[in-house]
Amino acid sequence: MDTPFVVGGHTFRSRLMIGTGKYRDNETMVRAIEATGADVVTVAVRRVDLDRTADGSILKYLDPKRFFLLANTAGCYTADEAVRYARLAREAGFNDFVKLEVIGDQETLLPDVTGLLEATRTLVAEGFKVLAYTNEDLITALRLEEAGCAAVMPLASPIGSGLGLLNPVSVRTIKRRLRVPVIVDAGVGTASDACITMEQGVDGILMNTAVAAARDPVQMAHAMRLAVEAGRASYLAGRMPKREVAVPSSPTEGMLD
Amino acid sequence: MEIVVNGEPRTVTAGATLLELLDTWSLDPRAVVVEHNRKIVRRPSLGDVRVEPGDKIELVQFVGGG
Repeated sequence: MDTPFVVGGHTFRSRLMIGTGKYRDNETMVRAIEATGADVVTVAVRRVDLDRTADGSILKYLDPKRFFLLANTAGCYTADEAVRYARLAREAGFNDFVKLEVIGDQETLLPDVTGLLEATRTLVAEGFKVLAYTNEDLITALRLEEAGCAAVMPLASPIGSGLGLLNPVSVRTIKRRLRVPVIVDAGVGTASDACITMEQGVDGILMNTAVAAARDPVQMAHAMRLAVEAGRASYLAGRMPKREVAVPSSPTEGMLD
Repeated sequence: MEIVVNGEPRTVTAGATLLELLDTWSLDPRAVVVEHNRKIVRRPSLGDVRVEPGDKIELVQFVGGG
């Protein structure tokens, strides 16, 4: 039996959190999200298009009573900007959770950890439940926990890269040393990546592009659901030790002369 | 009079409230969050805040993102 998945005092059913960006159309997005079994969906905060050429609010397609809307601060490059976006998101009135991103570099989208810590402290003081997108550096993760994050979200690999879990040892170390949930965010490319990531013992995974950019997003969403469940179960089961020599599975006794 | 909405200049009725402006643009006040000169205006106060020439308004909503 698994322990409940609790973040910031809120219990979630699924350990898979799903993004809502980059789907080819809204119908595919909704079907894919349903296939993941996720209860947490991430959303971004952007200007309303007064001339209505763009798609408009995502709330037309996702029922906020059914899904837990986790707003992000994607696209923010300073602590002040991220804090501004987080405050706007909270004002939408759904919850006080924020997936905090403070990006430090346009090419890699790696986090600016100084800005991240600064924004975390401000938002925690204002009562936000901060889920901080960070790199796989243990010391940053520890500082984020000290600053009061509800969860720390190390990347598997850069956002949208699909390279999978590049540093399993670092992510395992973060998980071992932190008390708050560790949710891997970004970089998972396919179902085996999700499974291997969950096998490190982390509490959950947040992904977007791996599903949205799959040839068949709904099918990949289903695969991701199974992979996250399999990886979690595998971690809980505890794998056999690795050996560099063969050990027979069948009895060596009772062989014919 | 002219104000700036989401970074673009817009001509609006002098003395209009934020709630009246949302109505002009057919925006549901429950679906947008309004920032007036860098200060968030909570929904119950939208009808109390009148805009003045040169004011900067940001109207945001939730869109798809990861």
